[in-house]
Amino acid sequence: MITIEGLSKKFGDFMAVESLTLSVAEGEVFGFLGPNGAGKTTTVRMLTSLIGPTGGRAVVNGFEVGRDDQAIRRSVGILTETPGMYDRLSAEKNLTIFAKLYGVKDVAGQVAKYLRMLGLWERRGDEAGSFSKGMRQKLAIARALLHEPKVVFLDEPTSGLDPEAAKLVRDFIAELKAEGRTIFLCTHNLDEADRLCTRIGIFKTRLLTVDSPAALRQRLYGRKVVFHMKRLEPEWVEALRAMPFVKEAQAVESKLVIGLDDPEAQNPILIRRLVELGAEVQFVGELRHSLEDIYLQFIHQ
Amino acid sequence: MDKIWTIIDKEWAEVFKNRLVLFTIAFLPLIFTVLPLGILYGVGSIEGGGNNTDLPPQFFELCGPIAPDECFQIYLINQFLVLFMMMPVIIPVSIAAYSIVGEKTTRSLEPLLATPITTIELLTGKALAAVIPAVLATWISFISFIILAPLFGAKPGVIAYIFSPVWLLAIFVAGPLMAVVAVNFAVIISSRVTDPRAAEQMAAVVVVPMLAIVFGQLAGVIVLNVPFMLTAITILLIIDIGLIYLGAQLFQRETILTKWK
Repeated sequence: MITIEGLSKKFGDFMAVESLTLSVAEGEVFGFLGPNGAGKTTTVRMLTSLIGPTGGRAVVNGFEVGRDDQAIRRSVGILTETPGMYDRLSAEKNLTIFAKLYGVKDVAGQVAKYLRMLGLWERRGDEAGSFSKGMRQKLAIARALLHEPKVVFLDEPTSGLDPEAAKLVRDFIAELKAEGRTIFLCTHNLDEADRLCTRIGIFKTRLLTVDSPAALRQRLYGRKVVFHMKRLEPEWVEALRAMPFVKEAQAVESKLVIGLDDPEAQNPILIRRLVELGAEVQFVGELRHSLEDIYLQFIHQ
Repeated sequence: MDKIWTIIDKEWAEVFKNRLVLFTIAFLPLIFTVLPLGILYGVGSIEGGGNNTDLPPQFFELCGPIAPDECFQIYLINQFLVLFMMMPVIIPVSIAAYSIVGEKTTRSLEPLLATPITTIELLTGKALAAVIPAVLATWISFISFIILAPLFGAKPGVIAYIFSPVWLLAIFVAGPLMAVVAVNFAVIISSRVTDPRAAEQMAAVVVVPMLAIVFGQLAGVIVLNVPFMLTAITILLIIDIGLIYLGAQLFQRETILTKWK
């Protein structure tokens, strides 16, 4: 759905995006993570044909950036970093204007559909300026979807929202995902990326890494299992360390942290061995490094 | 064309909710119509209707064989012509300044630029949204003046003079051309400032040449005749083309998003 090859953007001497190569499959939710000023918004602007690249090429929804700009704008939806509504106009009027600009056939129908879907129908006649931040963000999301784009770019969709409004927006993104739309999600919210994204790319002027959150965890930290026990003897740690498939074994208070390649197959063997040694295993869980750990590791590399 | 009308509709719906802009559009034509009528009435009530010997000598060419009091009225009317020509300059500056700088401050330009509208459609929509009310207000004001002038003491020769080529060229050709100058000037100014009032004040500089004409007329240096008007129209056309080109360069998506302050 999105193919990017060596995409670059230079403003004078400043390199904003350096040779970005990436592809996003149809129906995928791709998380684009990076610090402020990393070039995420510049990338989104290039992919939505708002600004032109200085190098490389990108194809979005079958249309090439720089060559088929109008077709790209017609076929993608974008939620910009700031909602940018017409505050003096009603919610309905705001959406009607954009539906017409996107060439939507059933303007009134589509406007009503998204106002209802996002819970704004009752407030459709109110000026957008009177809306809360969360309502404005929902209105901006509706605006991005009026023309039913297959590819949607969301730039910081939950930024500055309270937890309840952020959850509403996240749930809506999950609905879009379920509808099979391709979503390119720029976010600082790593928990959000972890929950919603099929794959994530960590970006700071250039792409530092790209993979699924689970694969990135494994690549950086391997898979680790924590055995919680009533008590822990040092010889048990040594005994497990001696087992050929155990990559590492650490005692942390009464817990045993074991590095494994295939916990699903190897956990039962370990439990059996621990029981043989006289250990009382209370419960077993997988140690999950947060996406924040992974993100910081790459950004500071 | 649909997209241009959508932009015009949006601009009018938003800009006309701004009381300051609405005041400019409504108040200016009203004052610029009432003021000449009041002066006409005042002059008509003076015995003899004015003294022809006070007129600049170049002005006698315009009067020809008509009576001195009528000629004096024509001289005064000619000053009002510049007032009518100021309207299509002042009104669009207010609308364009609020429309463009307003979008900058609310950050609503980016979503707009992300739609499949071309920059020419967008610029044309915004320009027409400012030019149309200004030109219509000028024309309505002018027609009201024609209708009401006889009731306020205008002589028949004066009414005939208002329908002369100089006035018709000024109101129906030079006026719209000046409105286009004003809008494009406002676009250029708006690209550099973040406060609509600052944009409006800076763009108001376009009124200065009009004031120069007023004082030139009063001093007898300039006479608004057909050759003058045709020269002015030619110069305005050239300025329009230059400013439209500059405005269109500044109104490119990339320029707006990366260079506008």
